[in-house]
Amino acid sequence: MKRVPVADDILTWETGDPQLIGSRCKQCAIVTFPAQESCPRCASTEMAQHLLPRRGRLWAWTTQEFPPPPPYAGPTGDAFVPFGVGYVELGDEVRVEARLTQTEGLEIGMDMELEVVPFRTDDDGNEVVTFAFRPL
Amino acid sequence: MDVAIVGVGLHPFGRFGEVTGIDMGAVAIRRALADAGIEWRDIQFAFAGSYEIDNPDAVVALMGLTGIPFTNVYNGCATAGSVLALAADTIRLGKHDLGIAVGMDKHLPGAFSSDPRLYACPSWYGELGQFLTPKFFGMKINKYMHDHGVSSATLAKVVAKNLRNGALNPNAFRRKPLSEEAILGSRMLNYPLTQYMFCSPDEGAAAVILCRADQAHRYTDKPIYLRASEVRTRRLGAFEVHSPWLPIEETAGPTVDASRAAFEAAGIGPEDVDVIQLQDTDAGAEVIHLAENGFCADGDQEALVADGELEIDGRLPVNTDGGLLANGEPIGASGLRQVHEVVLQLRGEAGDRQVPGEPKVGYTQLYGAPGVAGVSILSR
Repeated sequence: MKRVPVADDILTWETGDPQLIGSRCKQCAIVTFPAQESCPRCASTEMAQHLLPRRGRLWAWTTQEFPPPPPYAGPTGDAFVPFGVGYVELGDEVRVEARLTQTEGLEIGMDMELEVVPFRTDDDGNEVVTFAFRPL
Repeated sequence: MDVAIVGVGLHPFGRFGEVTGIDMGAVAIRRALADAGIEWRDIQFAFAGSYEIDNPDAVVALMGLTGIPFTNVYNGCATAGSVLALAADTIRLGKHDLGIAVGMDKHLPGAFSSDPRLYACPSWYGELGQFLTPKFFGMKINKYMHDHGVSSATLAKVVAKNLRNGALNPNAFRRKPLSEEAILGSRMLNYPLTQYMFCSPDEGAAAVILCRADQAHRYTDKPIYLRASEVRTRRLGAFEVHSPWLPIEETAGPTVDASRAAFEAAGIGPEDVDVIQLQDTDAGAEVIHLAENGFCADGDQEALVADGELEIDGRLPVNTDGGLLANGEPIGASGLRQVHEVVLQLRGEAGDRQVPGEPKVGYTQLYGAPGVAGVSILSR
């Protein structure tokens, strides 16, 4: 079984510690995730790829306790497992919305670290992986 | 040019089987025309709001093909507020004297879903199950409760109040009160929000007839003046639905911006308002919006709710017709339902749910995806 990422251009994951791939405006320095081709603050089109810090703090969170409707492509029915969702503040750069590895024991302000987790099995039998944050 | 509302009409909110959205729109229009004592041929222009119906102006097939300028509007959860603002501005500009704002919708049950790419979001955001509004509302109120000391019991009390108010409203979708225990004990959907703390997309229609204020007495002896109708969208740094990321810099949301603009246009402040309709997509939204619209400081909601101040006979009556929690949300009609309720309250015609003390000033607020808000201020 091959492991494939949920999208090609959002994280480094095959070697070393995983990192999210964002972008940084060459004019005003705002950091976005995922990478954008134009800046949402100053409308510049000069955006450079920027790897995001792997660690941060939980800024806001909830739980997803029912299977979302399509276009959600993960497990449904009995195979659905509730998951946490939150914004993690990565240094002083950006807050990224991400799946959290647990639904219990989450606290605003707790330290979090990025990891790669299984998401679903696709039609070709590949394991699709995605990014998530785990409390440290 | 000042604007007056001289007629309101509503098709009840709920689920109506084979009845189409257009049919419901025609019912609301007929009731508004009857309320104003005029005929469809008197209407000089129209704006119509809907999400599900591509061309709500097709209602002319049921009302009469009179050739008027008739513009269809979709603007997220602020669709009906946008329809109202556009109709009012048409009169303020002096282009026409008498027109109608109508909204209609017919949604399937369950949370709205869409293709994230249509919202400038990546497709993986939807594939992962994050392109979902209830999750955002859970995160926003969870953070708000952490930051400002609001409890889950307060959320349950807000739902119980709105369902009690809905029980007094013959046009409401949900008319059965629930205990706070049942609300807190229902299935957890997005912590801290349980199933009964969310409104449902449903069906319904509402219509409002507007005219030049100096002509209002031709149609009614109880004109209600539209003092402000403002729509705003999110600025960078607002904590908004459908955001795969947020910048570190923080900014107030579009509700705050629309509210401030509306109070400035009306020349009054929150302390002058006697009856309030807020977007209660979920119980947390009502709590947050009370502060975002300037009616209290962050955290004061805990005591205001416990003391019954948001009840029909309280100091700040909120969602006197049951709000979205009791009426559901047909997006195109929801904001005009709020205006319908405020007009009845200011005329003293709200029956069992009439706010005592002859309220003079009313307020409505809409908020939702993709980060858009609409506020109106009305007075006798």
